[in-house]
Amino acid sequence: MAEIRVENLQKLFGEFVAVRDSSFTVPDESFFVMLGPSGCGKTTTLRMIAGLELPTSGRILLGGEDVTFNRASARDIAFVFQLFALYPHMNVRGNIAFPLKCQGVPRAETRKRVGETARLLRIEHLLDSPVSGLAGGDRQRVALGRAIVRRPKAFLMDEPLGTLDTEFRDLMCQELRGLHNRINATTVYVTHDQLEAMSMADYIAVMNNGEIEQMGPPQEIYDRPATMFVADFIGSPSMNLMPFHGALKKGASKVLLDGVGVGVPALRESLAATDLALGVRPEHIKLSDKSKLRAKVFSSEYLGTTQIVTLETGHGNVHARISADRKVRTGETVGLEFIGERLSLFERSSGRAVDTALNDGAAHG
Amino acid sequence: MSATNTTAHSVVEPSVRSRRIAGAIVILYAAITMIPLFWIFITGMKSPPDSISYPPKVVFEPTSEGYCNLFTTRTRQTEEYVKALGEPETICDEITRRRNMVIAGPSNYWPRFVNSLIIAFGSTFCAVFLGTLAAYGFSRFRVPLADDLLFFILSTRMMPPIAVAIPIYLMYRELGLSDTRLGMILLYTAVNVSLAVWLLKGFIDEIPREYEEAAMIDGYTRMQAFWKVVLPQATTGIAATAIFCLIFAWNEYAFAVLLTSGTAQTAPPFIPTIIGEGGMDWPAVGAGTTLFLIPIFVFTVLLRKHLLRGITFGAVRK
Repeated sequence: MAEIRVENLQKLFGEFVAVRDSSFTVPDESFFVMLGPSGCGKTTTLRMIAGLELPTSGRILLGGEDVTFNRASARDIAFVFQLFALYPHMNVRGNIAFPLKCQGVPRAETRKRVGETARLLRIEHLLDSPVSGLAGGDRQRVALGRAIVRRPKAFLMDEPLGTLDTEFRDLMCQELRGLHNRINATTVYVTHDQLEAMSMADYIAVMNNGEIEQMGPPQEIYDRPATMFVADFIGSPSMNLMPFHGALKKGASKVLLDGVGVGVPALRESLAATDLALGVRPEHIKLSDKSKLRAKVFSSEYLGTTQIVTLETGHGNVHARISADRKVRTGETVGLEFIGERLSLFERSSGRAVDTALNDGAAHG
Repeated sequence: MSATNTTAHSVVEPSVRSRRIAGAIVILYAAITMIPLFWIFITGMKSPPDSISYPPKVVFEPTSEGYCNLFTTRTRQTEEYVKALGEPETICDEITRRRNMVIAGPSNYWPRFVNSLIIAFGSTFCAVFLGTLAAYGFSRFRVPLADDLLFFILSTRMMPPIAVAIPIYLMYRELGLSDTRLGMILLYTAVNVSLAVWLLKGFIDEIPREYEEAAMIDGYTRMQAFWKVVLPQATTGIAATAIFCLIFAWNEYAFAVLLTSGTAQTAPPFIPTIIGEGGMDWPAVGAGTTLFLIPIFVFTVLLRKHLLRGITFGAVRK
């Protein structure tokens, strides 16, 4: 196993910039997820690490060795494709043994390692069946088996659960993470599904427009989004971004919204009057009759233990996640209260988060 | 229960009666289209007088005279000379002597047939080989002006090939390719390769590129991945393409007449030139044609599973 280091990676397709100056390090034995909307460059980045695309500029280091222009076959990595890419003219055993056959591993050794892999993935009973008749999850396991059997330096996975139905996806998420915990292989996993990313990752890199917007452990990404894009992309429903205009002074711990003071984490920088946005997670909103910040209930969506209430405020519609016990009526006017120390502030022109006490000790991507 | 009741509770399954009617129509149509083939087949087994008798004979005494005449050249001799020859060695000897003739030597049919085999299979192989590589290239790489090139390749099929017969005739004469097997192979390859590229590109486009990418990551070079991963999955398309190319090259007549006359002549221009005594030797022509149909028949039967799957390709895969 090895760490993967990507330095100033750039990829152009003609005029189109697919990946813009990306740098990141995937620590050894970690599960690293690249998350972003489709077309954000995450798959291109993965394919460059794999050697299926050559970067326009930048370097890729695998275990300290520069592999930027090495052939895919010379990199000692395994790749799991979204469509699994199981060879239809071979049975399960043939598929799993294929990478070993390519490398000229002796037959006895191949047999032993295929057996071990099948045992690890619990697909021993399928070894002699053709791949065409397999169910989605079993195909996925065979594809994983083909990756594991080589004992590569790193695993690269391109939305491997994308084609499975939801129920199965949750199960495979657990299995994948369980497998990672057992073999501790450095893994780079690409997905557009934030739930997959949150539930499996040690580290998440959120990408947008060919750039990494933020990188860090899932909780940090969720609690301390570095940009408005990340704040909006992560979470369901996503973070409320309430636009307002104002100046910020270092050390202050209040901003003015409609003339009402709202407590925020202590500011670590000063900003002249500009367009700002207050970022509030739905679960950090409480309905309180005492609050001077008023809003009208627009609709509510019952989710069992909680409900999502859409509220009309002077700063756009806001989603609040509150207990399902609290009865709300459409059209009712309520008071809003925020959990001050959990709020984020963004500068709207650049989209970046304003430095506050919330970010103390956080590493920005 | 009457027969019509069977349709009462089924809207999908056709009734026995309508299936029978459909079957009868198909068989009738097939029979009508097969009549010329049948006539050629029985003509090959008739004697020359039977083959030109009027009204045409459907019931006759079969003889192998047509096949003997096809494979031999004969000379007329006096009755005394033929009698003095002693016992005939083969059935063909016997038949020939009954007409006061002796076998002078083998005819040109077999060498022409071999020419046809070499030229048709050779050009099919070349066209499919080049077509597969070109189709793979167009399908997988960013080829500059790919669309224009593909249109250019297709445009070679936009006129009947015979329209360029005279320039090709002159070119071949200058290059020394007239009446050579190589010349014919090159010509048929050139005509077929555009068809092969277009057909195969469709098939290769259907094969997800992840297969060869997976193979390349697992340790193969691109060429190895192409041979061992892409080709096995493209067999259906390759078989279908090969049949189309072979049928064209095997049956081609116009260029063969124009460009070959001797050593490289193929069977199609040769067969109509089989002359017997007093005009066309129809039984020999029938026999030659019957034999000529066999290779393409065998090839198509061998590959028919692929051909059928080729037509339904894309519907069942995944």
